[in-house]
Amino acid sequence: MSKDNAVTVKNVFKNYGETEALRDMSLDFPRGELTSLLGPSGCGKTTLLKIIAGLLPATSGEVIVNGQIVKEPGPDRAFVFQDFALLPWASVIRNVAFGLELRGVAKSERESIAAKYIGDVGLKGFENSFPHELSGGMRQRVGLARALSVDAQVLLMDEPFSAVDEQTRRKFQEDLLNLVKNENKTFIFVTHSIEEAVYVSDQIALLLPRPSRVSEIIRPTSFKNKDVDSIRRDSEYLDIVDRIWKSLRTYVE
Amino acid sequence: MKLFGYRLPAMSSLILWGLLWEIFGRLEVTYFIPSLSAIFDTFLEIAPTKVFIKAVSETGYAFLAGTFYAVVIGVPTGILMGKNRIIDELLLPWVNMFLSAPLTALVPVLMVLFGFGMKSIIIITTLFAIWIIILNTRAGVMQINRSLVDMAKSFGAKPMDAFFKIYFWAALPEILGGVRIGFIRAVKGVIIGQLLISIVGFGALFELYSSNFLMKHFWAIIIVLFAMAFTLSEILAYFERKVAYYASKRG
Repeated sequence: MSKDNAVTVKNVFKNYGETEALRDMSLDFPRGELTSLLGPSGCGKTTLLKIIAGLLPATSGEVIVNGQIVKEPGPDRAFVFQDFALLPWASVIRNVAFGLELRGVAKSERESIAAKYIGDVGLKGFENSFPHELSGGMRQRVGLARALSVDAQVLLMDEPFSAVDEQTRRKFQEDLLNLVKNENKTFIFVTHSIEEAVYVSDQIALLLPRPSRVSEIIRPTSFKNKDVDSIRRDSEYLDIVDRIWKSLRTYVE
Repeated sequence: MKLFGYRLPAMSSLILWGLLWEIFGRLEVTYFIPSLSAIFDTFLEIAPTKVFIKAVSETGYAFLAGTFYAVVIGVPTGILMGKNRIIDELLLPWVNMFLSAPLTALVPVLMVLFGFGMKSIIIITTLFAIWIIILNTRAGVMQINRSLVDMAKSFGAKPMDAFFKIYFWAALPEILGGVRIGFIRAVKGVIIGQLLISIVGFGALFELYSSNFLMKHFWAIIIVLFAMAFTLSEILAYFERKVAYYASKRG
């Protein structure tokens, strides 16, 4: 593998007692790109993401991030949670700065970094609001700002838009495309939405369950440089969505 | 509550019961229940006396010391039990047993172990308060949102950080609920301690007044005690309401 991969998953197995969650999973995540893990529920996509994050130990096999074997969470990775995982007792600015707070960054410094990212995600003016005063979409923007502010090279996103409404979600997807283009970070994005995966990804890893495995890796080519509005009308986009659905449909009860 | 279109202030039912008491007392049905106004007069009479001030300070000291230990031991123990399965399995049967055990029966044992002084009274006060604080804290920690814990871990939180920045705050509504009930139980503990272990503080006054059939004095002390426990409980309930907004919508 001479190509530059930010994250490499090598022969990872994960068992929960008798049940096999992941069997011999191997996957490369090219640097600076967004890779989706797409699949029906029970295919182990969130499990794989948590193993990459260092939140779950693999039963065997290894995960390599920037040449280092992952044993525990590290500053090279940041996680965005499906349910946002904000501190309900803390203001937006403290939530965004919380990753830096845990790393021992001084208060004035971490708050100025946090303020910048709060502006970047479009929440300027909400620094002193509390999570319960924000909408679901705004809360996830806080979660995203928190992940960005620690300046990790790899962003791990666990179905980040599944708890927000459809319109907010579309806006998020467009913003995500710009983020990938401008931030030069590696994104690993778990989703169960086919359209979302095809829309935002440079590379889609299609996972199938029982036993959990990578069934296909798809790299869309033609619409990547088009502007956000024409992607959904692109014929390759529609073909890929169709093709993925054909592979997945037998697994959906 | 509204009555005939007027908004009644909070606790106006107390006025009604107070009036009934006053009438009942004035009818002089029994020597043991004097009228409320007479009790109040007696209270004003004994409040500035040395004996009363000494009783208040002794009781207050035992109560504060007892509840202090109950909180600083109970809250961390509860958090550890909620976090760690092994610690939980080890301690939970004991906590449940002591919560429902008649602690008064332990008083003779405490007297043998710790003597007849303030130390034993403080320990019995702690014993009355601590178990519910532990259980409530544990319950608060157990319902913590898993992804908050994952979040802290993923950003590299050390165990101490997680303990003070996540677990404690996430469980705070339940902790305060436990502390409130614990404090009310501690009032019982401190009086039982003073009656059974060494006759000091309010316990001594109870003993003195009831054995001499000074009913007005006796009731005055009881009302003072009720009022103190009630005020304390209301103050804690106020703080509980302040954090209630995130107890209902965590995440």
